[in-house]
Amino acid sequence: MTTAAGIRRQVQRDSDHLAFDVRRVREDFPILKQRVNGRPLVFLDSAASAQKPRAVIRAVQRCYEREYANIHRGVYFLSERATELFEGARAKVQRFLGAREAREIVFVRGATEAINLVAQTYGRKFLNRADEVVISTLEHHSNIVPWQMLRDEKGLTLRIIPIDDSGALLMEEYEKLLGTRTKLVAVTHCSNALGTITPVKEIIRLAHEKGIPVLVDGCQAVPHMPVDVRDLDCDFYVFSGHKLYGPSGIGVLYGKAALLEAMPPYQGGGDMISTVTFEKTEYNVIPHKFEAGTPNIAGAIGLGAAIDYVSGLGFDEIADHEQELLEYATEALSETNSLRLFGTVKDKACILSFIIEGVHPHDVGTILDHEGIAIRAGHHCAQPLMDRFGVTATARASFGLYNTREDVDALVAGVRKAVEFFG
Amino acid sequence: MTFDLRELYQEVILDHAKQPRNFGHPPGCNRQAKGHNPLCGDRLTVYLTIDDGVVTDAAFDGAGCAISMASASLMTEMVKNKTEAEAHSLFKGFHAMVVGDQAENAENAGDGVDLGKLAVFSGVREYPVRVKCATLPWHAFAAALKGKQEDVTTEE
Ligand SMILES: Cc1ncc(COP(=O)(O)O)c(C=O)c1O
Repeated sequence: MTTAAGIRRQVQRDSDHLAFDVRRVREDFPILKQRVNGRPLVFLDSAASAQKPRAVIRAVQRCYEREYANIHRGVYFLSERATELFEGARAKVQRFLGAREAREIVFVRGATEAINLVAQTYGRKFLNRADEVVISTLEHHSNIVPWQMLRDEKGLTLRIIPIDDSGALLMEEYEKLLGTRTKLVAVTHCSNALGTITPVKEIIRLAHEKGIPVLVDGCQAVPHMPVDVRDLDCDFYVFSGHKLYGPSGIGVLYGKAALLEAMPPYQGGGDMISTVTFEKTEYNVIPHKFEAGTPNIAGAIGLGAAIDYVSGLGFDEIADHEQELLEYATEALSETNSLRLFGTVKDKACILSFIIEGVHPHDVGTILDHEGIAIRAGHHCAQPLMDRFGVTATARASFGLYNTREDVDALVAGVRKAVEFFG
Repeated sequence: MTFDLRELYQEVILDHAKQPRNFGHPPGCNRQAKGHNPLCGDRLTVYLTIDDGVVTDAAFDGAGCAISMASASLMTEMVKNKTEAEAHSLFKGFHAMVVGDQAENAENAGDGVDLGKLAVFSGVREYPVRVKCATLPWHAFAAALKGKQEDVTTEE
């Protein structure tokens, strides 16, 4: 349809694409210049861990070269500066997530530690025998196992939100699961194995109607879309820095201040106390109460740089670019008849999970590796989800802001080779 | 196709992967063990009939990649009619070959293990992430020989 509005939108889109110049963006990622098996690297495993832009690498390097000392304790210049930068990174995360206060941001090792922290502190204190925790079929093992451990300790019950064949949560079933015994809902914002973006806002609204708090696993969401924890009104939100183009070993637990304050500490040690005698210890205020020991200082600073980097590019541009890749890749892969895609909802991140009839995902991975293409083959730490679809593994290509149509073309050519080879 | 891929996926391997021999659960078997590769979720079961210290029948079932299926298929062919001790040294020889352990290789060479057809798997050592695919059926086999009850994994 060639309406004036349509044309305007098209023009707008074209100029947006000028603004997001993927070739220039790729220049920011030194690792992408590499060759693998004599071919240019095609990196399609960003959902496992994303590559790092020079801005992040430099921030970490600068920290160790010029800014490094332990934090929160030095009376000298360098320590003060490191503390300022570390706390500055916390403020960046706060703004990135739209949190009300910086003290609602707890630095952890990653999403896995964040979820374990909530299970072991909030869960241990507030959940009791016969209570129920609701999770979903889409969850990563890190949002399953900590709750199972708590279940076994406390005698809780885990209830699972089912999905349909497209990979969407069955919301009517979810509503039915919410009862008087439900004490917590813990769901993913975006499935790492299928790409499904879940309706977390609605999930939270329905839980809150019954006074049930909600933890959201945002690992796969934050690299692709803006997140506003106040708009979502989630009680906890967790993510890992390394999937957001930041360093590994640093991640975030957001929690509403009142909840964090009511929770007991996670680990004991330095920094999480205000006074210690052999008789009694006063705990520090949040977030420090949950940050025992010397944290990943350079990692936090690197994460701050990653947030600056993606914010500088803009999520409108990133999302436009990735959604276009998703459309292009979905169409291109669908042309291979023996290929079956998993995760076919409309609202999804640029993650394509598939199997090829007669070719095991591991073998697909090896063939693609030969072409310099890095994908993941396996259960993606989501075995219950694989069981739901009756497979043990899939091949998964996951895209980041630096991927191109040429990467898709290489993937499709590689898939054809695998089909030929084993055909 | 590039030359080195063919080194991994030799014709014999592709053939056995597509049409595995001795696939199924023979009724007369008297030992069995399950193998599991937690990295990829592949699972298979090895069934043995041991008669007076000799492997008179070997079979398997399960699902996995081309390397693990072909390895299981060729293994069942190779261990048949071997004594338990001979079959076990085949396992050791095979393991040394795919792991590419020189010391282990030299030691086995001394024992004069003839790997026969199993030599088609020598390319696997160039692919460290695929070594466990090749050894999975053998770990299950060794467990079945020992009459182990628990499942074995490639992580042991
Ligand atoms: C959806 C999801 N949740 C949690 C995790 C765990 O993250 P990490 O291993 O960084 O703690 C991942 C990472 O694979 C993930 O994709």
